[in-house]
Amino acid sequence: MSTIQEIQEEIIEDFAMFDDWMQKYEYLIDLGKELSPIDEKYKTEDNLIRGCQSRVWLHAEHNDGKIIYTADSDAIISKGIVAILINVLSGKSPSEIANAKLEFINEIGLKEQLSPTRSNGLVSMIKQMKIYAIAYNK
Amino acid sequence: MLDINKIREQFPVLSRKVNGQDLVYFDNGATTQKPQSVIDAESNYYTNENSNVHRGVHFLSGLSTDKFEETRNTIKDFIGAKQNQEIIFTKGTTDSINLVANGFRTLLKSGDEVIISELEHHSNIVPWQICCEISGSTLKVIPILDNGELNMLEFENLLTENTKLVAVSHVSNALGTINPIEEVIEKAHKVGAKVLIDGAQAASHISLNMQELDADFYAFSAHKMYGPTGVGVLYGKEEVLNNLPPYQGGGEMIKEVSFTKTTYADLPHKFEAGTPNISGVIAFKNAIDLISEIGVETISKHEDKLLKHATSELLKIEGVKVYGTSEKKSGIISFNIEGLHPYDIGMIVDKMGVAIRTGHHCAQPIMEKFNIPGTARISLAIYNTKEEIDLCINAIKKAKLMLS
Repeated sequence: MSTIQEIQEEIIEDFAMFDDWMQKYEYLIDLGKELSPIDEKYKTEDNLIRGCQSRVWLHAEHNDGKIIYTADSDAIISKGIVAILINVLSGKSPSEIANAKLEFINEIGLKEQLSPTRSNGLVSMIKQMKIYAIAYNK
Repeated sequence: MLDINKIREQFPVLSRKVNGQDLVYFDNGATTQKPQSVIDAESNYYTNENSNVHRGVHFLSGLSTDKFEETRNTIKDFIGAKQNQEIIFTKGTTDSINLVANGFRTLLKSGDEVIISELEHHSNIVPWQICCEISGSTLKVIPILDNGELNMLEFENLLTENTKLVAVSHVSNALGTINPIEEVIEKAHKVGAKVLIDGAQAASHISLNMQELDADFYAFSAHKMYGPTGVGVLYGKEEVLNNLPPYQGGGEMIKEVSFTKTTYADLPHKFEAGTPNISGVIAFKNAIDLISEIGVETISKHEDKLLKHATSELLKIEGVKVYGTSEKKSGIISFNIEGLHPYDIGMIVDKMGVAIRTGHHCAQPIMEKFNIPGTARISLAIYNTKEEIDLCINAIKKAKLMLS
């Protein structure tokens, strides 16, 4: 099983193949469409990530020392972003997730996701995923 | 003959690129771009004129005071007010509304009623909620019809002798509806209520005459009419402003200060505590001059033409729903595409250089009424062109293709 670092490198390689923004966004949209559905019962108010223009639900389960994340969003680009984060972090141990340095975000040219209003989405998603990990790490 | 290219040349930002594409700026409802004359006036103030207003005996203080007051006079003429002291400078529309709502906290008592509408921007809702909570008065809301117009029958039912204040927008920022404020004012006055009009989305689009309109208060922002940010206006009838308690205490708003009794300055200074945004106010005159040169009627006609073109082109796209279809509408189009989130549309068209707003537009009650998370919004200004609408429509079509 690949480490968080290895998965990040693969994503950076994937994105390096695209020449323009359109291909990147099309890929992101595809990732969103392919994201495994979240159990409807987890699409609760409590699981909503605050600070996104779109609604993003994130659920975490702790199994055999690993955290499994599932998520959904009503906006497809947000869903694509959360899908990438799940690809990187889901199935890892709480301590790996809590300590992960997510460098790929700047590398893949989706940096604009980090600008003030939009970023809330991305930054809040990462924060929420890490909060779950820290909670299970105790 | 209106030469839009000549006008566009005056707005330097319009010739920049965004994401490698020509900028198409359709977020004018949030803020408009600034002409070179406004930018130069700000810079010239700090280069040659900087000094505090209404205070010093020295040359520069006199100069900046004169120019500051010149803007007040220009605004008085622009909105057809009777006197200069009816023009209060504030930080913006939100500040103007808060100034009035703050004063009404002490003027209202339990049993009194304030009426707003379902169409309002949060800045014409929350100050009244706070005002009513503190004063013990009751807030009532005029519902809207499905086309985004005020339900005027319901409004009449809400009006009683307990109604002390009615606060409605001239133009809805989320739907573009032009409200029948003349009728609102007339009916409210019949029961003795005062009326505040939130004119943030109207002031550079619809010609104004305060003396004919007879509103007690009219609030607007410089930055939505090609002027600087951080400058707003509260127009108020002289006697109404005289009866309103001061908003903020401080320098410049007093006549005499002692620890037994402080007396307040006359209008407009009573409501202008502290050092104002002097450069902004001075530069605001250049924005008004530009609007007056072109003519509000001409602007209004041009934007209306663009509105009709954009609406008909948008509706040709399958799955498009336009929110706000009132008979009288200003240059704002709120829409969604079936199955797509407005945020996704906004993100993709931005990559093509098109700036639109997405979200709830600080008008969550409207979104709730239509049961939607938000809309994508195109809002127009004098410098926009038919070609830009076509670029925007193409970008939206492309976004739809990518996202579906």
